[in-house]
Amino acid sequence: MTKYQSEAAPIFEASKQRKPKQLTQSAKAKPKNLRLFLIGSILPILLIATWEMLSRVGVFPAYQLPAPSTVVSTITGMAIDGSLWGHIGITVYRVFLGFVFGTAAAVVLGSLVGFYANAERLFDPLIQAFRSIPSLAWVPLFILWMGIGEPAKITMIAVGVFFPVYLNIVSGISNVDRKLIEVGKMYGLNTWQLIRRIILPASLPSFLVGLRSGLGLGWMFVVAAELMGASQGLGYLLVVGQNTLSPEIILASIILFAVIGKLSDWMLKRIEIKALHWQDRAVKS
Amino acid sequence: MSLVLEQVSRTFGGKQVIRNVSLTAEPGEIIGLLGTSGCGKSTLLRAISGLDTEYSGTVSINGDTAKQVHKATGFIFQEPRLLPWLTVLENVRFGLEGKKEDKNAIARKYLKSVGLAESEALYPRELSGGMAQRVAIARALVTSPEILLLDEPFSALDAFTKMQLQDLLLEVWKEFRTTIVLVTHDIDEALYLCDRVLMLRGAPGEISRELAVNQQGPRLRGSEELTKAKAEILADLKLVVN
Ligand SMILES: Nc1ncnc2c1ncn2[C@@H]1O[C@H](COP(=O)(O)OP(=O)(O)O)[C@@H](O)[C@H]1O
Ligand SMILES: [Mg+2]
Repeated sequence: MTKYQSEAAPIFEASKQRKPKQLTQSAKAKPKNLRLFLIGSILPILLIATWEMLSRVGVFPAYQLPAPSTVVSTITGMAIDGSLWGHIGITVYRVFLGFVFGTAAAVVLGSLVGFYANAERLFDPLIQAFRSIPSLAWVPLFILWMGIGEPAKITMIAVGVFFPVYLNIVSGISNVDRKLIEVGKMYGLNTWQLIRRIILPASLPSFLVGLRSGLGLGWMFVVAAELMGASQGLGYLLVVGQNTLSPEIILASIILFAVIGKLSDWMLKRIEIKALHWQDRAVKS
Repeated sequence: MSLVLEQVSRTFGGKQVIRNVSLTAEPGEIIGLLGTSGCGKSTLLRAISGLDTEYSGTVSINGDTAKQVHKATGFIFQEPRLLPWLTVLENVRFGLEGKKEDKNAIARKYLKSVGLAESEALYPRELSGGMAQRVAIARALVTSPEILLLDEPFSALDAFTKMQLQDLLLEVWKEFRTTIVLVTHDIDEALYLCDRVLMLRGAPGEISRELAVNQQGPRLRGSEELTKAKAEILADLKLVVN
């Protein structure tokens, strides 16, 4: 779409043409997606098949690298005896609470710093300084303060979630196009209306990017928190697997982390696509 | 309606950009502010709009000299400045207040008058430059401003779209008799649209010359009178270069 395009042709034609074009595109897209999926599956399937074979023949000792089928049966075994749901449930619960608290704190502080220059002068240097500390370094201190109970774990996850969300909110708000704000001013909007009708929607894309990377960090931190000490959870399964020399439990936990992490990211991505359907760029990854 | 400027000047960090601009617009008049790039046209228009409040002198709109955006003014920018998350219809009704159905009805009326009745559900990314600028025109008109300020509104468009939109602006004017201040660097555009052309020149920019275009009714592009007036303006500009 160029600025210099002429519109000697009636506008109606353009809008009429749009629909069939989109239909053919999406009709073509389906088989293409399927093909891409199949091509992408070739290597993983080959790898798993080779792994399974080599494990059965005994090339990989079972106490180090069990066969994929063993890992799968470990997972189904836990699913059948019911322990799986407890582990998944508590881990998801921790990530969820940490994510909610971290995001809430980031929204409050991020909006303050984004909107008020004075808040920025007050808070931002401190937050930037804290940001340069790798968040995992806080773990011993939190454990010292709060023990290894739920509050410590959730706080750790919240700290991990906080920074990406905060940084994206601040940059989203301060990068809102001044020209759009002027449009609002021409209609006599007051500060609150400007925030609600222009600044918030304009910084939404950045906020959603922050949410997704915050969630990613949340999953990373739940592993760390549960490794520290937990009696239930996917991270706890990692410890159990290590202590009982059962690599199949470790692999099962890793696979569950991957699947659930991907699932939660996929949900946020759906929300992102829905909320940002007006954007010029298609949402990537 | 009345628009009166008295001794308006604006300084940016010690550098004066416009100096002592005074003008009085008759109701329903189309005034052109013509000048080279960088001579302070946008600065002056922003002072009139109230988006800029740091100028000295007075801008009086219906007797109100408060340095703030006035309800009676609408602004059409060089870029469409549509809100990308709103549809065409939502963009047009942006400045309206009241019940949604009423707002939609008014917005649709103006969308129709800019020839975009069929496109109300599109998003800005789906519009061409000319369509987007039409939407911007409709958005500025919905609140029935008594004074319409335009800052080089057609300069980013191709020649054909530009002529179409110039004629659209004249139609709009015929219907609403809005007082219009049009900033432009295009001599033909100024002569085709305006009743009176003020030439802004120098650094700091001052009104160097005023030219009344007396020809009433539909003007012919490239007519003898307009060509003569253009030659006059060009001669005037050359004088300064030497
Ligand atoms: N916000 C600003 N800060 C500093 N200088 C400015 C600002 N806005 C405009 N100027 C200066 O004022 C002069 C006139 O600018 P402008 O009014 O945009 O010119 P025009 O619209 O006629 O092309 C330019 O030299 C520009 O650098
Ligand atoms: Mg300008």
